[in-house]
Amino acid sequence: METAEQIRDRLLARFPGAEITVVTNPGLSAQHSLLLGSPHARAIAQFLRDDPTLRLDQCSNVTGVDWPEKEIIDTVKVTVPDPAGGPPKVIEQKNKRLTPAYLEVVYHLYSIALRHGPVVIRTRTGNRSDQVDVPSLTPVWRSCEFQEREVFDLFGVSFSGHPDLRRILMWDGFKDYPMRKDYVDPDDYEWEPTPHDEVLARAKVHYPATPAAPEPKA
Amino acid sequence: MLGSGIIKGLAVTAKNLAGSFHDPARYVTQEFPEVQPQLPENSRNFPFLVADDGADPMGTLRCVACQICEKECPPQCIYIEKSKDKKPDAAGKLQLYPAVFAIDTSVCMSCQICVEVCPFDAIKMDQVFAIATTDRFNGLLLNREQLAKSNQYYHSIHPTEATEVDARLAAERKAAEEKARAAAAAKAAAPKPAAPPPPQPPA
Amino acid sequence: MLASGSAAAPFSSASVRPVHDEFHGDLLEVSMGPHHPSTHGVFRMMVTLDGETIVRLKPVFGYLHRNHEKLGENTTYLGSMPYTDRLDYLCSMTNNWAYALAVEKLAGLVPPERAEYIRIILAELTRLINHSGLIGFLMQDTGCSGTPLMYAFREREKVLDLFEALSGSRMMCNYQRFGGCRVDLTPAWVDSARRLVDAFPRFLDEFEALLTGNEIFMARTQGVGRLSPELAVNAGLTGPVLRATGVGHDLRKVDAYGLYPRFDFRVPIGAHGDTYDRYMIRVLEMRESVQILQQALRDLPAGPIMDPKAKLRGLRPKAGEAYGRIEGAKGEIGFFLISDGSPNPYRYRIRPPSFINLTVLEDLCLGHTVADAVIILGSIDIVLGEVDR
Repeated sequence: METAEQIRDRLLARFPGAEITVVTNPGLSAQHSLLLGSPHARAIAQFLRDDPTLRLDQCSNVTGVDWPEKEIIDTVKVTVPDPAGGPPKVIEQKNKRLTPAYLEVVYHLYSIALRHGPVVIRTRTGNRSDQVDVPSLTPVWRSCEFQEREVFDLFGVSFSGHPDLRRILMWDGFKDYPMRKDYVDPDDYEWEPTPHDEVLARAKVHYPATPAAPEPKA
Repeated sequence: MLGSGIIKGLAVTAKNLAGSFHDPARYVTQEFPEVQPQLPENSRNFPFLVADDGADPMGTLRCVACQICEKECPPQCIYIEKSKDKKPDAAGKLQLYPAVFAIDTSVCMSCQICVEVCPFDAIKMDQVFAIATTDRFNGLLLNREQLAKSNQYYHSIHPTEATEVDARLAAERKAAEEKARAAAAAKAAAPKPAAPPPPQPPA
Repeated sequence: MLASGSAAAPFSSASVRPVHDEFHGDLLEVSMGPHHPSTHGVFRMMVTLDGETIVRLKPVFGYLHRNHEKLGENTTYLGSMPYTDRLDYLCSMTNNWAYALAVEKLAGLVPPERAEYIRIILAELTRLINHSGLIGFLMQDTGCSGTPLMYAFREREKVLDLFEALSGSRMMCNYQRFGGCRVDLTPAWVDSARRLVDAFPRFLDEFEALLTGNEIFMARTQGVGRLSPELAVNAGLTGPVLRATGVGHDLRKVDAYGLYPRFDFRVPIGAHGDTYDRYMIRVLEMRESVQILQQALRDLPAGPIMDPKAKLRGLRPKAGEAYGRIEGAKGEIGFFLISDGSPNPYRYRIRPPSFINLTVLEDLCLGHTVADAVIILGSIDIVLGEVDR
């Protein structure tokens, strides 16, 4: 099977102007992936499915990944001229920067007809709050139908062009997105008799009259 | 012939019905409270703490309150408080002991990970399964006294495994004693010991 | 007005009410489930009926949702292993294997030969109990109450006894580890497994005499819930449901994971893609599993059962991601893991076969009656612990 770079080159020749980047996987499995820009994503997916040398007819797995902002400190060596007129000094400068926050959807594609795979493709949202649209690939692969609904439900990615985008595992009317990294579970706590401090402290707030937790005597 | 499939199927059920009176391969149910099940040796239910001496379980717990199991327990059902003082263990070495050791069996999922990660062979899986209680809160929270069971009991439920563990512990103890003896000999041979020799374990 | 799938509360008295539609006259919307005995768990189908014919069906689930993937992100790699038992609680051994395989890809561990054999033995035993149990449940759905299910459970019991003797637990085995297995097989265990495997074809013959030629069963299942291979592939179906449509896709052959290439077995495929084919595929797969088991128990090599590089605690795979999948009894069960080098996975995703196989439930049921919907659902083989996660 072609490598991710070869597929990218072929796609760029077919779709000039499309944003396609190879995301290398540093891990041992070496399953590299293709990051697709939203405008062309569906056309590219269609091409991947129908192209006779790839024929990725099965979209096996669809999932979301949440990447919140992360602070990265880059250390750079900067040469600073000495104001006193001496030789310039080399000092280490620490630059803080924030990685952009986005939600990512990962698709694992396989070919049943040609028995190869996986080709991993990814799409990313603009941010995590108001630009959460990515194109839905359900028109290309039916198997995305429930899985994209699940990503919508748990991550809050909005798939444009999905025929039936509703919550699937959580109930309608649920507000938050539980799989996001900054999700805080609601404080609707029921007292459970675990001897853990955190539980007891929270239980105390809710049930001031509950007897103290059983402390086994040493 | 239409219906022959059904007749063939009925013959199978008839054979099974007749067989259920005399053929042990077809009669497999047990009348539970009267006939107690024979559990295989590896069978597991909830964890218990091994005490070397059944007569004094609190004094001879193998647990040294290292809290590894507490950290590794997937549903976080173990709660340990370390003791302030130290007690000699079976090898005579001074060790901490758990002042509080509680397992919430309403949370425990019997996965055996605490047993696998324990470096002291102090926690093992029990086979008792008739553990219904009328108090769903405190009755399912087992404390140190309820959890401690003797090494003989461990031998009675997992004989192969317990024999292996005993052999390994004895070997470790012997190695430790020999090391201590060698260290003491080296110290005695030295011209001036900088500090008084450490208390020797009883041989 | 057609209510959207999950708008009504599960037990509202309005769950059965006529729906007026200018084209169809009186339609009836029925909420089947979530506590309907035929839905194999807490599963709900919002069915719109024209007379007794289904014109719309929306599955509703999530009643067992516990956000398993979040739990996986908050525990160590090892700590997630017992949780995978509880996904598809009939097939804990294959769930363990799929997860172990994904972590092994991520951490670069290679299980020794004996461990691979043990995994194959346990996975095929799991396939036997899943398929025989499923056929029992399917019969229950067709109205053949009790008898085939009890026969299947009688055999399942013997396999579960083997699992208990090996792993300590009958269903929540928690047996596989990254880079190998937890306990070694004893010769006595291998002997009893061999006895069970050798006796299994006799049970299958009996089971088939009871069911395969039964005219009522054929009338209820042949031509019901027909699925085209194109739709099956496009909808991501895997496992017996896909193979019943005539697509010869079995990961044991395609991915050749474990030591499956060493074994001589065939992949049965169907011709019509209907409910009867889905039943028949499972019977044939059990016969092939018996073949694999006999070879594995015969050739079981001696040796270690753990990769010497593997360690139990404090596994911190190098940053990266891996997708590992195996052919479970219900289809492709896969785990997608992203590691950032910490002891917990950054992302822990399960690809549940029964969840994705449900995608086509509506397509299969349209035009059939409610009684057929029940057996179509039964033949897809879902376990709600895995669908809802």
